Amino acid sequence: MITGPRQPPVALPLWQAGGTRMGFFTDSSVCIGCKACEVACKEWNGVPDSKPAWSGNSYDNTLRLGADSWRHVAFVERVRQDDAAGVRWLMSSDVCKHCTRAACLEVCPTGAIFRSEFGTVVVQDDVCNGCGYCVVACPFGVIERREDDGRAFKCTLCYDRLKVGEQPACAKACPTASIQFGPVEELREAARSRLEQVRAQPGGEEAHLYGADEADGVGGFGAFFLLLDRPEVYGLPPRPEYRRRDVVTMWGAASVAAWLLVGGLAGALRWRR
Amino acid sequence: MAAVVGREEPAERPLVPRERPRSYYGLPIVRRPAWTWEVPLYFFTGGTAGALAAVSILARWNGQHRMGRRARRMALAGAVVSPVLLISDLGRPARFLNMLRVLRPTSPMSLGSWTLAGFGTALGMAEAADLVGLPAAVTGTMEGAAGILGPILANYTAVLLGDTANPIWRGGRHLLPFVFSGSSLAAAGGALSLAGPGEGRVASRRMVLVGTAMEQAAFLAMESQLGPLGEPYRTGRGGRLAQAHRRASWVGALLVLAGGRSPFLQRLGGAIALGSSALLRQAVYRAGFQAADDPGYLVGSQEP
Repeated sequence: MITGPRQPPVALPLWQAGGTRMGFFTDSSVCIGCKACEVACKEWNGVPDSKPAWSGNSYDNTLRLGADSWRHVAFVERVRQDDAAGVRWLMSSDVCKHCTRAACLEVCPTGAIFRSEFGTVVVQDDVCNGCGYCVVACPFGVIERREDDGRAFKCTLCYDRLKVGEQPACAKACPTASIQFGPVEELREAARSRLEQVRAQPGGEEAHLYGADEADGVGGFGAFFLLLDRPEVYGLPPRPEYRRRDVVTMWGAASVAAWLLVGGLAGALRWRR
Repeated sequence: MAAVVGREEPAERPLVPRERPRSYYGLPIVRRPAWTWEVPLYFFTGGTAGALAAVSILARWNGQHRMGRRARRMALAGAVVSPVLLISDLGRPARFLNMLRVLRPTSPMSLGSWTLAGFGTALGMAEAADLVGLPAAVTGTMEGAAGILGPILANYTAVLLGDTANPIWRGGRHLLPFVFSGSSLAAAGGALSLAGPGEGRVASRRMVLVGTAMEQAAFLAMESQLGPLGEPYRTGRGGRLAQAHRRASWVGALLVLAGGRSPFLQRLGGAIALGSSALLRQAVYRAGFQAADDPGYLVGSQEP
């Protein structure tokens, strides 16, 4: 069934079938930019090192998520318009969103990307043939093909650790509980009450939850965020779109175009001298 | 300190911008394709072969057997080249068979891989049946199968691009199939024109003209629908390619039109029409790079 916007993706996700969906709540208001998450992730998952280079973008030399960066701490420096004296320094640890409607999973032609029993989105590296479709399909630019390896890589939400009842390496390493791991439903509750607290504090006027709501473009994230500024400021799309929403109209247009092609050919051939 | 005439010395220059940034240090949000040059070339070879396969069965029904056979052989050449291009683009070419491991209706690439596999098989069987001298009905049936899959092959690549997060491909998702369809139609006419005079000379001329008109009209409509988001079709490498494509299209069509008097002009026009169709896929592909690299396009397309 691929018609209609509210249909579940390929397979019925297990959290809908009674399983518990696990995920992250990244509360950027308490992130101190220590990058312990980046390091722990690389250590545990054996992610190759990135070439060291100074970007000049505040304290951020990782720059964005990719095949070799599954956690990325963004550093945003901003002078607030209403307060010339105060520089606002925002930090947030970005990660794969493990979308409810995951574009990478749906477009994968080999079935290499699957929905785990924890509701997370994981790439099977023994199946992926490096077609690169997920790379252009991801609305967040998360998944990437590794140059030397040829296959696509991204955060697995520490699938191996979850299987033995451990929490993901980044959440374990986070010293301020900015990265919280748990059942998504519980995390959403916690996030809503945390948002109220932050909003009441100075500087928290613009705080909002990003991806905690199922009405969000991709049906909500398994890994959502509390942000203190607009998403694009952190390098996130302001309104990520669920691409399959108009799959019917897209294929419909293609069918009409195919018939026009045939009609054009038939006209050209039948219309004899 | 004396101020420079015409310029005001700023009292204090903030080290960090005061305005709210619209991106994270101008870094891209969505990714540019990881694909290599083979992919846009395949969009062309697959599209042209698809249209030619449809020509083959229609010409057979129409009693133009020589033209039908010629179109089928050219389509077969395209069906042989296309998978080679696609496999060499893979990060792990040895795993190309994983494409046929499952059929996934949610993935245009999966549907396309199966279409291409069926298309090539049908064309190969048609050719073999013809060579061995099996009854014409066998060849015709196989040609018919390829003729049904062909127009899908010419079009699904537009859905494949539209079904991504790339703002310029997504923005044009409903009109790109018409652009690709028209271009494939013109390319099929171009290939037949190039192949030389004989049966179907008039038909191939009409194909180029109708295809070019359809493709140009659809591209204009797509550009106007995209608005400011369509900038990569006007500037940079994508813009240059789109411009070259547009010119080649018109030149090819005019030469083919003049081909009524000179077979040479028709051949030349056919070659240019073919090249123009290849340029179109390059332009669309390259514009996608520009649209991905500048986060402004994505943020702009998602603002209410």
